[in-house]
Amino acid sequence: MKLFEFEAKKILKDYGIRVPESDIATNPEEAEVITRKIGRPVVLKSQVLVSGRGKAGGIRFTADAAEAKQVASELLGSAIKGCRVTSLLIEEQLDVTVQFYASIAIDRQAKTYVVLASTNGGVDIEELAQTSPGKIARHWVDPTVGFGKPDAQAMLSRFSLNKNDNASFAAIISTLYKIAMDYDAEMVEVNPLAKTASGEFAADARIIIDDNALFRHPEFESRELERGEDTPREAEAKRQNLTYVDLDGDIGIIGNGAGLTMATLDLVNIFGGKPANFLDIGGGAPVEIIKQAVMLVTSKPEVKAVLINILGGITRCDLVAQGVVEGLNESTIRKPIAVRMMGTNEAEGIQILHQAGVHAYTNMEEAVAEIIKL
Amino acid sequence: MSIIVNEDSKVVVQGITGNEGRFHTASMLQYGTKIVAGVTPGKGGQQIEGVPVYDTVSEAVTKHGANTSIIFVPARFTQSAAIEAIDADIKTLVVITEGLPQRDAIELVARANKKGDVNIIGPNCPGIINPPRKIKIGIMPNHIFRPGSVGIASRSGTLTYEITWHISHAGLGQSTCVGLGGDPIVGLDFIKILEMFKEDEETKGVVLIGEIGGNAEEMAAQYIAETNYPKPVVAYIAGRSAPPGKRMGHAGAIIMGNTGTASSKIEAFTKAGIPVAEKPSDITGLLNI
Repeated sequence: MKLFEFEAKKILKDYGIRVPESDIATNPEEAEVITRKIGRPVVLKSQVLVSGRGKAGGIRFTADAAEAKQVASELLGSAIKGCRVTSLLIEEQLDVTVQFYASIAIDRQAKTYVVLASTNGGVDIEELAQTSPGKIARHWVDPTVGFGKPDAQAMLSRFSLNKNDNASFAAIISTLYKIAMDYDAEMVEVNPLAKTASGEFAADARIIIDDNALFRHPEFESRELERGEDTPREAEAKRQNLTYVDLDGDIGIIGNGAGLTMATLDLVNIFGGKPANFLDIGGGAPVEIIKQAVMLVTSKPEVKAVLINILGGITRCDLVAQGVVEGLNESTIRKPIAVRMMGTNEAEGIQILHQAGVHAYTNMEEAVAEIIKL
Repeated sequence: MSIIVNEDSKVVVQGITGNEGRFHTASMLQYGTKIVAGVTPGKGGQQIEGVPVYDTVSEAVTKHGANTSIIFVPARFTQSAAIEAIDADIKTLVVITEGLPQRDAIELVARANKKGDVNIIGPNCPGIINPPRKIKIGIMPNHIFRPGSVGIASRSGTLTYEITWHISHAGLGQSTCVGLGGDPIVGLDFIKILEMFKEDEETKGVVLIGEIGGNAEEMAAQYIAETNYPKPVVAYIAGRSAPPGKRMGHAGAIIMGNTGTASSKIEAFTKAGIPVAEKPSDITGLLNI
């Protein structure tokens, strides 16, 4: 789960990392009042969960309160890379001398956290890694030991920083690691970490919390459904505990298991069709879940036909068939459907489907070829 | 010889009294697996499917010589259950549980590495099956497997069953099939399994089933090329049509930036001289054994 910049900065501030003076505005009048209160030129930053919002026009610098009000009225309600702007972070402009970079991320191959730091901040880190890999310091953490300030100082020793800068930068990096642990983050990034005459400030901040760890962070768990990351149909699916992703084609897809469902999408593409969605009902799904899945996919206006691909292991084909029939009966619109079914209680499942007039196949490729024709 | 499991594998089921633990204990026993004990804290003294239940893993080890564990406990208790097993000297852990926080998985893998000589399969995996020896430590449907010489390593569950079915129908059968797990952080990975299959004379060829997310497939391709791998390998990659930035069911199946795309994986295998099947049904035809 991605946190908004203002949420990430609040966490940083709680841990003693300095952030620019700021406040949140949801209308132009608030933007004006906040700018007056700050008493210096401000930057208006759209709170949207997409990267590259600056280049897309979502970050604007203003000279005074009147201009801030005007710019706020332009930004609020506009769309940045498809995300509607509903709030702005109004922040003091900093007199930056140098920009640093710091992040904690998960290295899947090394199976641990990797700490990244650079004295060339403010640029795209993936790009910097390509063009000047020597300008990035990396440290792979031994999770049984952790990562403290001495580790950070050693890591930064390759840069020619003076003693004070090394110490203060190291303190910030080790604090970011602590935040990553405390919040179960898969990413904590400060870019840039802006050095000014009065010290370092986190000028931008990004935190992504591991979805699987949200049970340890109920303050975010409850708000997950209200965020702008999902399409309305994806949010609805999440409420029903379905794993669903919207795609832009016209063939609705339901499968069991992530790999098999992805392989089904790929096959539809190979046969010349376009999937409208990804929906994984998981293992051992009960009738009710399958019914909901069928209704959700059928009700998407773009969907012309529905393909269901089930390989029964712990999932029982007869229960799937029952769910499919119930879903079709309760759907208001009837769309062509093909079901591929193999495995546990396959014969019973196919029997139930045939009685309801639904095509059933045991071979996945035959079912895909058929649905393209429908 | 075989990989990871053999006739001496004595299995303890952690979380045996739950619905899943109970169901799969019956299925594993039916297949032929030696299940010597179950563990559920506070429920010691019961019997499930004729298997004695204890409060701790160390009791299962002392009383029955358990050396392998399969874990069905809920995600929030999985890390401590797995660490209990490692501390009790269990050498192979199969973690079925889905939804384990990445931090817990990272700490668990580090702990196992520090102890040494411990294999973790999963989390979020279907387990391991050895059809020639009739050993299953996992949740896969028994009837689709048949004894043979194809080794399978996969990041997926049901897709593995699909491909296994094709391999069985082509008359080839499997030596060992390992479900590595669909999470970003897993214990054994493609390279570790390839190393084991290399030494296993019962395995004549290897099928790798990958998917979008991470770079485990790219690393495996590099390993195969660099070691001049002595056995034929065929790969399949799911998620050619997946959009970037979206988790496709598995926590680990996500394209981030330019990392984890299907095309990058397919290109890496192709460069290493490994045929990549376009459809699951194409795999057996590409497997030159």
